[in-house]
Amino acid sequence: MAKVRKTKVPMKEQPVEERIRNFNEVPLGYTPEEAMEEASRCLGCKDAPCVKGCPVGINIPNFIKEIKEGNFKKAIEIIKQDNSLPAICGRVCPQEDQCEKECRLNKIGEPVAIGRLERFVADWEAGQGIERPNLPPKKGIKVAVIGSGPAGLTAAGELAKMGYDVTIFEALHDTGGVLRYGIPEFRLPKRIIDREVEYIKMLGVKIEVNAIVGKTITIEQIWNDGFQAMFIGTGAGLPKFMNISGENLNGIYSANEFLTRVNLMKAYLFPEYDTPIKVGKRVAVIGGGNVAMDSVRTAKRLGAEQAMIIYRRTEKEMPARIEEIERAKEEGIIFHFLTNPVRYIGDEKGNVVAVECIRMELGEPDASGRRSPVPIPNSEFTMEVDTVVVAIGTGPNPVLLQAFPELKLNKWGYIEADPETGATSVPGVYAGGDIVTGAATVISAMGAGKRSAKAIDEYLQKKLKGGI
Amino acid sequence: MYTILKSKALAPNIYEFTIRAPLVAKNAKAGQFVIVRIHEKGERIPLTIADFDKNEGTITIVFQVVGKTTHELSTLKEGDSLKDFVGPLGNPSEIERLGSVLVVGGGVGIAPIFPIARALKESGNHVIGIIGARSSDLLFWEDKVKEVCDELIVCTDDGSKGVKGFVTQAMEMVFKEKSDIKRCWAIGPLIMMKFATQVAKKYNVPITVSLNPIMVDGTGMCGACRCTVGGKTLFACSHGPEFDGTLVDFDELIKRGERFKEEEKIAWERYKSMKGGA
Repeated sequence: MAKVRKTKVPMKEQPVEERIRNFNEVPLGYTPEEAMEEASRCLGCKDAPCVKGCPVGINIPNFIKEIKEGNFKKAIEIIKQDNSLPAICGRVCPQEDQCEKECRLNKIGEPVAIGRLERFVADWEAGQGIERPNLPPKKGIKVAVIGSGPAGLTAAGELAKMGYDVTIFEALHDTGGVLRYGIPEFRLPKRIIDREVEYIKMLGVKIEVNAIVGKTITIEQIWNDGFQAMFIGTGAGLPKFMNISGENLNGIYSANEFLTRVNLMKAYLFPEYDTPIKVGKRVAVIGGGNVAMDSVRTAKRLGAEQAMIIYRRTEKEMPARIEEIERAKEEGIIFHFLTNPVRYIGDEKGNVVAVECIRMELGEPDASGRRSPVPIPNSEFTMEVDTVVVAIGTGPNPVLLQAFPELKLNKWGYIEADPETGATSVPGVYAGGDIVTGAATVISAMGAGKRSAKAIDEYLQKKLKGGI
Repeated sequence: MYTILKSKALAPNIYEFTIRAPLVAKNAKAGQFVIVRIHEKGERIPLTIADFDKNEGTITIVFQVVGKTTHELSTLKEGDSLKDFVGPLGNPSEIERLGSVLVVGGGVGIAPIFPIARALKESGNHVIGIIGARSSDLLFWEDKVKEVCDELIVCTDDGSKGVKGFVTQAMEMVFKEKSDIKRCWAIGPLIMMKFATQVAKKYNVPITVSLNPIMVDGTGMCGACRCTVGGKTLFACSHGPEFDGTLVDFDELIKRGERFKEEEKIAWERYKSMKGGA
């Protein structure tokens, strides 16, 4: 057997000095030759540990084998059996914690670049023109899906492939949920979301935008319209604040507001687009997750001279993907670890001018297993800032939940659902994604959507046979 | 698409549109609002529902031209469409039978006070209305509001119509005369609601105000509309838009309303120069 390359075939990226001045995608993708070379690194393990690491169970060795042989069409067909959104997953999945983590090549070097290969074939297919798969005859049974984020799109796609009439109700004016409002263009271009949503529509899914369930259309109206089952994938869209003094000063945004303005509303193209965003010279982003990285890198691209992360733990505990932290460092982002804001200071016009912080140290591990940060007494200090983005997490959005009081919630206010099927306390109503788990990954939401689609199918088959 | 069925200039820079939006109309209640986006490049702006007709499937909005988006909106004609029109958002007004109630609409706030007055009237309340504007040419919907009020006081700052003075002075007049007013609603510019609250507080009458700060999604997702109410940060879109006026930090809201002032100016200047050049 020929000797395997120990490292991944590198993927070309936009140079740092260019990319911090634009919103174009940072990694540029593989060429067919690069993809085939990378695919040839795969050992094709019979027991395929990588598949066990994939929340949607893609047949990874098989699709990689097809890439190796240059059969890109076959490769994408294999992926699409289990994943309707491969161009998205190839870009934003934390492969290092999932499929690639299990790869046997980790013993000798870097794992196979499964994510890059997935992205490659998905993009290759888009270049060829996406073909509609053969669909089974329509069953004439209506299923409602609430939310067009990754969970909702996946559930809808899977149900449509089984022959159900699926309608997605989306609260915003455009599709994709957090994929569109949350993830910046430079990490997940909108054209990719558009393409994947087009594919879901090709499967026969109807999408109603500007339709807030609980407001524009009630749960009762959905049942009255003849829907037989429902999947809720409304996400964790409620921004959290620290509730410290001065947090409502001008110049302080939630990450959701900051990113929604830029991503969904295209404020980075203001004034060509009407939605404004104001980014000063010294921008502090509070938090250490992917949303914080997205926010701080966005601030840099919008002209911040100093774009900083303020995080109460150390780099090691940061929940953001290592790749994103590395890219942020390359782009000149400043990190203040073991630091936590205590209060914000404003001027007479109500604009934030400084943040008072306190130094932290790591104490005992908390419930998350991470060592919990403890303030060091009398270590307060002040930093000048003119813009702050609070990216400390999100909670469940209450709009739908208030309109659906029968739905049982857990102690954190998320929907209580069976982890396998997504079944809720209301028969025929399933839920998955962040509205069940709290903020998590795109792929885990998709996995939940997929499992619920299967459960909904079983439920409806039983119901229509008169079993329920 | 959401078609403009009727458009009418009510006063200089104040317009009334009736828009076809059957789903929104079906569930709309007094006190709620909609988010409007004119076109693909437009921003999302919140507008309080001024009237609705469930049978016709229409929503009426009244807006004042204050910048680029509202100006652009005002140039649309009957038959034109809006790209997005979503709602009804926020919580409806708490309407119950209380006895005597007072509703106060200042400036463009006359419009959203109308459905509240009507709902109160329909619930069997004795509704006293006050509507006011800077001068008579800025007054509108006098007859419409009159129809749903048992008594109506009209006032103008300059005395060109009705009683001379601010709506707050008229409120004082009413409270002095009648001691049985159970609750009061006031909608208008922030500064007017701030002073209306002071008057109501002085006479120990509970007052509800309706907030309309800068919003993006309008569904509790972004927190752009956050305000301090009773010392707590709440979202006007999902917790409100109506709040107990005595708990609202109006000064903070006034400052937050200015946070994109420079950008608003840039957008407005650019729009004017493009229109001028065209």
